[in-house]
Amino acid sequence: MAAGNFEKYKSDGSLAGNALEWLDARFPATSMWKGHLSEYYAPKNFNFWYFFGSLALLVLVIQIVTGIFLVMHYKPDAALNANGVPIAFASVEYIMRDVSGGWLIRYMHSTGASAFFIVVYLHMFRGLLYGSYRKPRELTWLFGVGIFLCLMGEAFFGYLLPWGQMSFWGAQVIVNLFSAIPVIGPDLSIIIRGDFVVGDATLNRFFSFHVIAFPLVLIGLVAAHVLALHETGSNNPDGVEIKANKDANGIPLDGIPFHPYYTVKDIVGVIVFLMVFSAVMFWAPEGGGYFLETPNFYPADPLKTPPHIAPVWYFTPFYSILRAVTFPLFGIDAKFWGVVAMGASVVIFAFLPWLDRSPVKSIRYRGPIYKTLLTIFVICFFILGYLGTLSPSPMGELVSQICSVFYFGFFLAMPWWSRMDKFSPVPDRVTFK
Amino acid sequence: MSNQGKMDCGRRRLVVATAAVGGAGAVAALVPFVSSLLPSERAKAAGAPVEVDISKLEPGQMMTVEWRGKPVWIINRTKDMLDTLPKLADAVADPKSEKQQQPAYAQNDTRSIKPEIMVVVGICTHLGCSPSQKFKAGADEGMPGEWLGGFLCPCHGSTFDFAGRVFKAKPAPTNLEVPPHVYLADTRIMIGEDKKGA
Amino acid sequence: MKKFLIALLFAPVIAFASGGNVHLDKWPGSVGDKPALQNGAKLFVNYCLNCHGASYMRYKNLLDLGLTEQQVKENLMFTSDKIGELMRVAARSDEQKLWFGATPPDLTIIARARGEAGNAAAGADWLYTYLRSFYRDANRPTGWNNVVFENVGMPHILYGLQGQQVLNHETHKLELAVPGSMAPAEFDKAVSDLVGFMVWMGEPQQEFRRTLGWFVLAFLAVLFVVAYALKKEYWKDIH
Repeated sequence: MAAGNFEKYKSDGSLAGNALEWLDARFPATSMWKGHLSEYYAPKNFNFWYFFGSLALLVLVIQIVTGIFLVMHYKPDAALNANGVPIAFASVEYIMRDVSGGWLIRYMHSTGASAFFIVVYLHMFRGLLYGSYRKPRELTWLFGVGIFLCLMGEAFFGYLLPWGQMSFWGAQVIVNLFSAIPVIGPDLSIIIRGDFVVGDATLNRFFSFHVIAFPLVLIGLVAAHVLALHETGSNNPDGVEIKANKDANGIPLDGIPFHPYYTVKDIVGVIVFLMVFSAVMFWAPEGGGYFLETPNFYPADPLKTPPHIAPVWYFTPFYSILRAVTFPLFGIDAKFWGVVAMGASVVIFAFLPWLDRSPVKSIRYRGPIYKTLLTIFVICFFILGYLGTLSPSPMGELVSQICSVFYFGFFLAMPWWSRMDKFSPVPDRVTFK
Repeated sequence: MSNQGKMDCGRRRLVVATAAVGGAGAVAALVPFVSSLLPSERAKAAGAPVEVDISKLEPGQMMTVEWRGKPVWIINRTKDMLDTLPKLADAVADPKSEKQQQPAYAQNDTRSIKPEIMVVVGICTHLGCSPSQKFKAGADEGMPGEWLGGFLCPCHGSTFDFAGRVFKAKPAPTNLEVPPHVYLADTRIMIGEDKKGA
Repeated sequence: MKKFLIALLFAPVIAFASGGNVHLDKWPGSVGDKPALQNGAKLFVNYCLNCHGASYMRYKNLLDLGLTEQQVKENLMFTSDKIGELMRVAARSDEQKLWFGATPPDLTIIARARGEAGNAAAGADWLYTYLRSFYRDANRPTGWNNVVFENVGMPHILYGLQGQQVLNHETHKLELAVPGSMAPAEFDKAVSDLVGFMVWMGEPQQEFRRTLGWFVLAFLAVLFVVAYALKKEYWKDIH
C-alpha cells in the first residue's frame, strides 16, 4: 500500500496529460494521489466516530489560515499605549473593531481553539472505543499523543497573547508550576518567562512559539500520523483487519477507495460540523463564558489577581488532577507531585497500546467490565473537567481525588482487568448495516 | 477504478452542483479575509481630511501639511510666480492639465481654486520621491540659466513649474496631483474633502 | 463508591455556592432598541466619559445608532473634533491614578468583562444593578458606597438624577432618602438605556453578527442537501 508502487502516468496526448506525465516523471503526484486517496482502501463500515479525524484536519487549516491573518494586525507588546492599555490587548480590540472583517476572523480563531479540542477529544475517544491504538497501529497512536501534547502547548501559548487578566494569571500559575521541580525548578521557570514575572519577554517568546515553533511541529506530526495510518491501514468499528481478506487483485474485500467514497462522506461531516461551528461563532462566540472567559476582557494587571481564575475548559480535567494532589510525598511538597500527576495524566495515554491486553480490539466484542469502566472513566473525566472550572472547595477536592484515583486506576490496572472480561466472538469480516 | 470514465449523468450533475454551491461558499468565506487587508478604521481616521489655516502664509512662501501620510504643499504664489506659467506652455508636457491629476475645479491655467493659492501633493509622479524647492529663477540654485522657478525631484531629476506641471522629456509622466480640497473660509482650507462632501 | 455518588450529587451544589452573593436585577433593555441606545450614548458621554475612556471605540461607530454625523458632532463629541477619533477620556491615565488612587477602567468592553462563566450576558445585569445601588456612607472618602461593589472607589455620578439612597441596616434594603430630578421608574429607564449603550459598545457589530449567522446557516443547509444527495449517490455502490 505504500505510495510509490504505482505506475507513472502515461499521457493520452492531451495537453493536461502531457503536463501530468512531465510532473509524474519528476514528482510522485499520481502515486501519492492513488496511495493516499483513490487507491487507499478504507474499511467500508466507518461510523459517526470516524468523522473526527478529517474534522481535526479541517480545524487545523482554519486555525492556520485565520492565524496568518490575525498576525498581520496583532502586536505582541506588553507596553502601555497612550490610553494606558497594553498594546497587545488593544491590538486585539483593534482587530475586533477597526479591521474590516477582523471580528469574524478572530472569532473563527477563538472558536476554532475550542472546536479543536472537542474534535480531538472525540477522535481520541473513538480510539478507546474500537482499540485503534493496538497493534499494528501503536506508532499512529504515539504520533497522535504527540499531536495532543503539542496542541496543548499551542493552546497554552496562544492563550497568553490577548494579554487579558486570564491570559496573564493563567500563564503565571502554569509557569510557576515548573518551579516546583526540585533543584532546577526556580531557574527553569525564569528561563521560560525570560523575566521574574510574566512580562513582555514572556509575551514575545510565547508569540514566537505559538506562531512558528509549535505549528511547524504540529504539521510534521500530523503528516507522520497520517503516513503511519496509511501504512497499516485504518481500523474500524469491528476491530478486524480488512487486509486479512483480499480479492484476486489484492484489494481488501471489505475495503473501499477513500476517494470518492469517504471524501463525499466527509464533506457531509464537514458541513454538519460547520453548522455547529457557525452557530457558536455567530450566536455565542463567548461559548457562555467558557470559550472566551469574561475576565479576559480586562487587560492584564500584574497587581490584581481576578477573584477566580480557571484555565480554559479544555485544560480543566488535567488542572483538577493537579489540584487533587494536596499531600507531600517522599519529603517533596505537594505542588511537585501535582505537576507530576498532571503530566502523567496526559502522557499515560501513550502507554495504552501496551496496557490493553484484551484479545479483542473493539468495544463491540468486549464484555461488561470494559463497558462499565470506560463509562465511569468518561464520567470521571467530565467531573474533573467541571471541577476544574470552579474555585477550590473541600468537597470539590475530595471528589477530584476520587476521580483522579479512578482515572489512573483505569490505566494502571488495565493489564489485569482487560484480560478478565467476557468477550464475544469476533467475526472474520466487518459488519455493515 | 471500475467506475472511472463512465460516470453517469445524475452523479456528474450532483458533483457539479456540490462543487458550485461549495465553491460559492468558499468565495464568500474569502470576503472577511480579503477585506481585512484593506485600510482599517484607524488608517481611515489617520487619512481623514485635514483642516489648514493659511492666514499666516506670506506671498512667495510655502507650507507643508500631512494628509494620508503624504506631504501636501500649500504655496502662496506671487504675481511674478504666476506670470511664469503662461511662458512655459510649450515647455511643459501637459500645459492644459488634461490628464486627470486634479479635481475638475482645479483644471485651469493655475491648477488651483484661487489663482495665488496652490494646493498640491508633494510627491513626484515618477517613483514617489518628494521634490525640493527651486523657487529662484536662473542659475542661482544650480539650475540651467533659463530656469524660471519651480521644483526639482532629487531622485531622477524631474522638474515642475509653480503649478506642479512637469517639464517635457523628464521621467515623471504626469503633473503633480492636486488633492481634493475646499475653502471653509477665506483662509481655512480642508484638504481631502470636496464641496460635495468626502 | 457511596462517597463518590454523594459527591456526584453535590457537584452542582458546589457550583451554586461559589456563585455571586448579591442578587442582580435583570437588565430590562435590548441592544436592538435604537432610541434607547441613543439616549444611553448621551448619558455615557455626559456622565461617564469624563473619567472613563472608551478608547477602543470610535465616534464614527455612533453613526450606526441611526445618528447623523452632524448630530454626533454637536451632541456627543466633547473630547475630539474628528469623527474617526477614538472616544478617549480627556484626562491622562497617569494623572488620574494620582487623583483617584487607581485609573478608572476603560468602559468599552466592560459589559463583556462583567459577564460570568456560564452566563456571558450577566455583565448587563451587573451594570444595571450596580449603577442603581449606590448609597450614602460617611465612612467612605467619596461619601458613597455600593451594595454590589463594596467600598467602590467611584462616587455616585448619577445622584443628581437618582437622588440619595441610604442602606437600612435592619432590612439590608436601600431606601431613597433624598429624591433626585428623576422619579425612580424614570431613573431605572435611564440606567437601562445607559447599560444598553455599554452592551452595544462592547461589540457594535453584534446585531449584524447574529443576522449574518442566519444567512450562513441557511447556506450551509442548502449545501448539506446537495452534498448529502451526492454522498447517497456514491454510496449506492457499496453493499
